[in-house]
Amino acid sequence: MTDVEEVFRAEYGRVVAGLVRRFGDIDVAEEALADALVIALERWPRDGVPPNPAAWLTRVAGNKAIDRLRREKVRDEKYAEAAMLTDDTPAEPSGPVTDDRLRLIFTCCHPALAPENRIALTLRLLGGLTVAEIAHAFLVPETTMAQRITRAKAKIKQTRIPYRVPTGDDLPNRMAGVLTVLYLIFNEGYLSTTAASVREDLCTEAIRLTRQLREASAALGPQPEVLGLLALMLLLDARRPARVRDGVLVTLPDQDRSAWNADQIEEGHALVRQCLALNRPGPYQIQAAINAVHTDAPDVSSVDWSQVVTLYDQLATLTPSPIVALNRAVAVAELDGPQVALAIVEDLDLGSYHAFHATRADLLRRLGRFDEAREAYGQAIALTENEAERAWLAGRQASCLTA
Amino acid sequence: MPMYMLSVVQDGTEAFDTMPKEELQRIGADVDAFSDTVREAGKWVFAGGLEPIEASTVVDGRGESPVITDGPFSESKEYLGGFWIISAADLDEALDWAARGSKACRARVEVRPFDEATG
Repeated sequence: MTDVEEVFRAEYGRVVAGLVRRFGDIDVAEEALADALVIALERWPRDGVPPNPAAWLTRVAGNKAIDRLRREKVRDEKYAEAAMLTDDTPAEPSGPVTDDRLRLIFTCCHPALAPENRIALTLRLLGGLTVAEIAHAFLVPETTMAQRITRAKAKIKQTRIPYRVPTGDDLPNRMAGVLTVLYLIFNEGYLSTTAASVREDLCTEAIRLTRQLREASAALGPQPEVLGLLALMLLLDARRPARVRDGVLVTLPDQDRSAWNADQIEEGHALVRQCLALNRPGPYQIQAAINAVHTDAPDVSSVDWSQVVTLYDQLATLTPSPIVALNRAVAVAELDGPQVALAIVEDLDLGSYHAFHATRADLLRRLGRFDEAREAYGQAIALTENEAERAWLAGRQASCLTA
Repeated sequence: MPMYMLSVVQDGTEAFDTMPKEELQRIGADVDAFSDTVREAGKWVFAGGLEPIEASTVVDGRGESPVITDGPFSESKEYLGGFWIISAADLDEALDWAARGSKACRARVEVRPFDEATG
């Protein structure tokens, strides 16, 4: 990426959000910003990047939008009105929030849009990724992704999905919806079914968008779950360099801890402490805390497993699910032994989930029940698409044969 | 102001036939109360409840002479039980009304905007 493109990507969400507010139309905003990029690509390399690139892009794109609207002699009165606006100051701020990006992310993550469309639209409008980049990251043809984004934008327009930060009782629910979208983007990169590096970029992108949300939502007061999600992503992403070796998954106990990203861990831990001080626990914060216990331990033998189990108990109270119970059982195995953990696992109705079989297989292996372990590993392999994970499972399965 | 159609989706699980009379009356009262709230808020355009799906007749007037057949136009288990047409500033407001209407009539409600060109 060139310098200009990098600046453009970094400022895209802020600028496009402001243009959407001003012109009341996503397409108008995007086209105007694309026009501004053409000018930036021509001028910036020659004259240097302006001191405030966002302001420059907003001004140039604003003028471009007005030009375009005049030129096209748009019949729709609303557009004509918008075109006559020359005032750059915020229109009427809805509530105390003035960051346009926050309004825009609530629009992009609106529950009336299909989940995959929320993801695509968020990456496009807030992340500034091109349609081609998003298509590439999600391994779908560019035309498919373009249609997805067009459809989502058409629905926003036709149904009048508002460009506004939800208020009152709606806010917590809708914020949770935004966080779900960001976490899905992260997981698409982290738990990707292929090893393509472009998908790892999604982790970086999700972290950048979550930082942006933290900044944009500052006026709403501290949002502990936003901090919790950011911490969770950082603590997971910090371990990414150690997660795969020679194409084989390396599980947490066997990871080379010196390969972990110390800066991300430090930042993640600071965020977890900040969440604890706010004392309004939520699912992302607890998951971040669980990961902080792992990343806090200098080696695998010093992990505080009773702390991990306690946190899983809290998580299960807030969001009871068989998957939480499965993860809790992994910690219980360390604390009370594989026999106790296996009894918990056997009760779970998760037969179609590969991690269920992988966990069960591991517990059986540790109990010396190798025949059953091999079979369970086989079931896990059959349900796993990720190549690195399959390789690891196959290795474990083979070890049960020689044992 | 934009208009939205709130369609009541009946899916055959309602069992109105076997429902105690008091329960039916309670639902009717809740629906009336909801409609009154819509009127008081100045959002009312039109509304109506429909007779059961068995009461429908399909007319096809595309040919020389109209063809009339008994029954609904689709084999779907779900059918339109009634509707409200409301005016609302945006989708969030329409969804909020739909949530209340859904609670009142004990059924799912589909929210769909009117095409502004014809509205």
